[in-house]
Amino acid sequence: MDFLRPAAWEEALAAKAAHPTAVPIAGGTDVMVEINFDHRRPAHLLDLTRIGELHEWDEDGPDIRLGAAVPYARILDELRTPLPGLALAAHTVGSPQIRNRGSVGGNLGAASPAGDSHPPLLAAGAVVEAESVRGTRLIPVEEFYTGVKRNALAPDELIRAVRVRKATGPQQFSKVGTRNAMVIAVCALGIALHPDSRTVRTGIGSAAPTPVRARAAEDFLASVLDEEGLWESGRPIAPSAVRQFAELCSGACNPIDDVRGSARYRRHAVGVMARRTLGWVWQTYTRGEGEARCA
Amino acid sequence: MRDLTPTGLTQASGIKGGIGESTLRPDGTLKVTGEFAYASDLWHEDMLWGVTLRSPHAHARIRSLGVAEALATPGVHAVLTHADLPAATRYGLEIEDTPVLADGVVRHHGEPVALVAADHPETARRAAAKIHVDYETLPVITDEASATAPGAPVLHPGRTDEHAPHVPHPNIVHRQPIVRGDVSAVKDRADVIVTGEYEVGMQDQAFLGPESGLAVPAEDGGVDLYIATQWLHADLRQIAPVLGLPEDKVRMTLSGVGGAFGGREDLSMQAHACLLALRTGRPVKMVYNRFESFFGHVHRHPAKLRYEHGATRDGDLLYVTARIVLDGGAYASSSPAVVGNAASLAVGPYVVDHVDVEAIALYTNNPPCGAMRGFGAVQACFAYEAQMDKLAAALGMDPVEFRRRNAMAQGAVMPTGQVVDSPAPVAELLRRVKAMPLPPARQWESAGGAADVRALPGGLSNTTHGESVVRGVGYAVGIKNVGFSEGFDDYSTARVRLEAVGGEAVATVHTAMAEVGQGGVTVHAQIARTELGVARVTIHPADTRVGSAGSTSASRQTYVTGGAVKHVCELVREKVLELARARFGTYHPAWATAELLLEDGKVVTDGGEVLATLVDVLEGEAVEAEDEWRHRPTRPFDRRTGQGFGHVQYSFAAHRAVVEVDTELGLVKVVELACAQDVGKALNPLSVTGQIQGGTTQGLGLAVMEEIVVDPVTAKVRNPSFTDYLIPTILDTPAIPVDVLELADDHAPYGLRGVGEAPTLSSTPAVVAAIRQATGLALTRVPVRPEHLTGT
Repeated sequence: MDFLRPAAWEEALAAKAAHPTAVPIAGGTDVMVEINFDHRRPAHLLDLTRIGELHEWDEDGPDIRLGAAVPYARILDELRTPLPGLALAAHTVGSPQIRNRGSVGGNLGAASPAGDSHPPLLAAGAVVEAESVRGTRLIPVEEFYTGVKRNALAPDELIRAVRVRKATGPQQFSKVGTRNAMVIAVCALGIALHPDSRTVRTGIGSAAPTPVRARAAEDFLASVLDEEGLWESGRPIAPSAVRQFAELCSGACNPIDDVRGSARYRRHAVGVMARRTLGWVWQTYTRGEGEARCA
Repeated sequence: MRDLTPTGLTQASGIKGGIGESTLRPDGTLKVTGEFAYASDLWHEDMLWGVTLRSPHAHARIRSLGVAEALATPGVHAVLTHADLPAATRYGLEIEDTPVLADGVVRHHGEPVALVAADHPETARRAAAKIHVDYETLPVITDEASATAPGAPVLHPGRTDEHAPHVPHPNIVHRQPIVRGDVSAVKDRADVIVTGEYEVGMQDQAFLGPESGLAVPAEDGGVDLYIATQWLHADLRQIAPVLGLPEDKVRMTLSGVGGAFGGREDLSMQAHACLLALRTGRPVKMVYNRFESFFGHVHRHPAKLRYEHGATRDGDLLYVTARIVLDGGAYASSSPAVVGNAASLAVGPYVVDHVDVEAIALYTNNPPCGAMRGFGAVQACFAYEAQMDKLAAALGMDPVEFRRRNAMAQGAVMPTGQVVDSPAPVAELLRRVKAMPLPPARQWESAGGAADVRALPGGLSNTTHGESVVRGVGYAVGIKNVGFSEGFDDYSTARVRLEAVGGEAVATVHTAMAEVGQGGVTVHAQIARTELGVARVTIHPADTRVGSAGSTSASRQTYVTGGAVKHVCELVREKVLELARARFGTYHPAWATAELLLEDGKVVTDGGEVLATLVDVLEGEAVEAEDEWRHRPTRPFDRRTGQGFGHVQYSFAAHRAVVEVDTELGLVKVVELACAQDVGKALNPLSVTGQIQGGTTQGLGLAVMEEIVVDPVTAKVRNPSFTDYLIPTILDTPAIPVDVLELADDHAPYGLRGVGEAPTLSSTPAVVAAIRQATGLALTRVPVRPEHLTGT
């Protein structure tokens, strides 16, 4: 196994072009496990730890441009306000040691349906910045996941950054596991209110071959909020509408029975999480609106 | 057998660093800071790495095995299969039924088939993958029905073990009935009868330091093995015949052990590493990774239990019947002894005059099961405590009061006919846990209104802010035997030396006790300080140059090896006083008339007068003694009735569990697990508390998360990793207030009672009782999963 250690981004792209099967590695929290368990034996590892820019984030207009290798620990420390959903999810990743090493770029690269960052990225409407010697592609995150542990990257592409719109409304993330910390999701759900565009977005993890949005649920809720003028009034959403939203989220699932949980449970739990998180974001939104109105 | 009652104790109990003090363990800081050297850290400049090729099937015939390609791999020094074994080809703790390497048939997923030694672990792994095994898969036996079905394949044909003649089917390892009184005669008198069927999943010991060791071939044709194990001499007894060597040519030294909990009582890589070392003439290191570790040791027996309890309307237990089916997996391991425990402790710490119990262990193609903390008593306790709650509910009685009413006390008669002849404060333990203040309700609520999710089910996963969260409280109590039972010659050996070193009297304690994290070395030093009145005690590394110390299991080490250290210290003390009298006896009349003690490095009278210093007494001479020490003998259970003085001591613990359950998502937060336990005498109170909290947490794991999931169709293990075999993290571990009783057992050294296992028993049923109270569900299986709580 050859260990490639590019010192700069262009060198990394050149190395990936020269060795398209090279496996990029940054924190190593996924890749090293697979290597240790002999699940994969790549001919080349492409070490990205020397490329400083991947470990930084900055503001780019309305977006946060998050370097692919920014560890979860920093997301939850530094980006809680602009990226609340992702910060909540980051806090549920592994242990403190894993959060110091693991990153969103790795989660995207692995494209496991159980990756904790996928639901909040879907809910926030993130865009993946994929790059190769051929140029840059901006891939909306919902188009990024193409199958179980498969993504839209071309063999010569690397993830440089993720662009996530700074939150304009409340976001929540909720994940079911069978212990209270350090657990892989049985299923997970992210929700984000986007009052600026009067939309609601969702992301569901571990309940389908890929992370998915519950588009029918989003559309339904957006129309309820619109038609009943709730964005403006801040009145409570009718319980029947909340129930319908939750059922549509459950309906967006296509789960399997596995050692972590049954398909039936996953569908059920996604519905419960959808109902609860909608309650939380709406409460935050109306409280915020209330304050705005008082001010 | 020598009679050594605590009245033999003449030493003062206030000696600094002696018994009763919470002296700190020597390995504690090293382990916390990552500096402790575990067996996996062993290294030899010249060493090769050994790996094991394991079966991907649960039951298959090996049609052919091709090793040529593996052997031709550069860097490979040896490939061994069954055909290469030099001597005995099978071993086992109780029954020699386990192949060293598969002999034509594999009987469980992960069974060792071949070994490779190479100059790099990666080379060895790749070579192992080049071994060609042609398997013909066979139908699998997975439960009692398939094990005893007409025409079921017999997994171990031609059995010659002692249990073979009396088992009803050759796929049953052992069967133990316990019959007392006359159940059928009293059934009519029962006003209330409850029945229940219960199931306990397969728990893993999940010790953190995987199986590892280093075998170094010696010039005399023997081998030195440095090894993480639980019982050096039991390993030795099994390894030497496999190597075809006399036991004195196999020298074993305990290496750093990262936990055991029963999982190191059977051999794992011990014989394999030695075989490779002797074949190659090079030191060979073997270290399992986490995945392999799940296949490398036995697990807790999964069990199916059917109970019937009858009681009067006043709440007096009339009779209990139980049938306990333990899945022993492919090989016997300690299944017979687990059966004996499950049967004899099946009723729990209650007075019941009419009992009809049957326990069996099966041979199946599931992973082999054997010793794990609680050893048969855990499975029974989950069932009988569920029954006690069910009965209390049927009677309209408070579950604690109902238990207290039927609780055994000293003098009670066990279903085996054995009289409990030391304190059995079962009712008092229950009273104490119930009397502890309850943790405040709704602890997640803060003044600011935001929920503290760490106090809620789901924790940081943020699944509830209080929605659908219901509190439940549950109680349980259990009974566990201490030490090896049923007539086993359970002894320990100690060698103690006292000498003057650098102007100070120093004691050296040498035993073969495996320190696996239980704190035995700390306690041995405390005992030596107490008995010899010295400040400095050196604990010699544990090895086979001294006699057996028995297993670090069955809550027995402080009792038995501690007892041996105490006994041998007493012999040394007598020798020292003899020497002192010979040297100084004429100088002072007290030498002849007073009772003499060793205190603070001096010989003193019981009146406190100093007669001589130990350094002066020992002047250039070391005093040494070695002896075996035994607890009083036990007797086998009668094969038909189970009657007999089977256990040397019982230990009792009670728990109260407080849980918050998210009833909609089926997630559980255990808020508090209060425990009261009688320990006879706490030799090291800090260690005692640690044992109780550790056992309690392991029981919590079984209640809500820990299970090796075996596919019911293929008998393959589905979750051999810490990703999917979950053990409690610190966020899952509740506050564990501990109330320790010290009611001396006059038969035991210092009156102590084995501590390590009892808290593991009652923790599980207490948690489940609390979840039942919160949800109203019957919950007859552990671990409880979200699916069970949500009907999904």
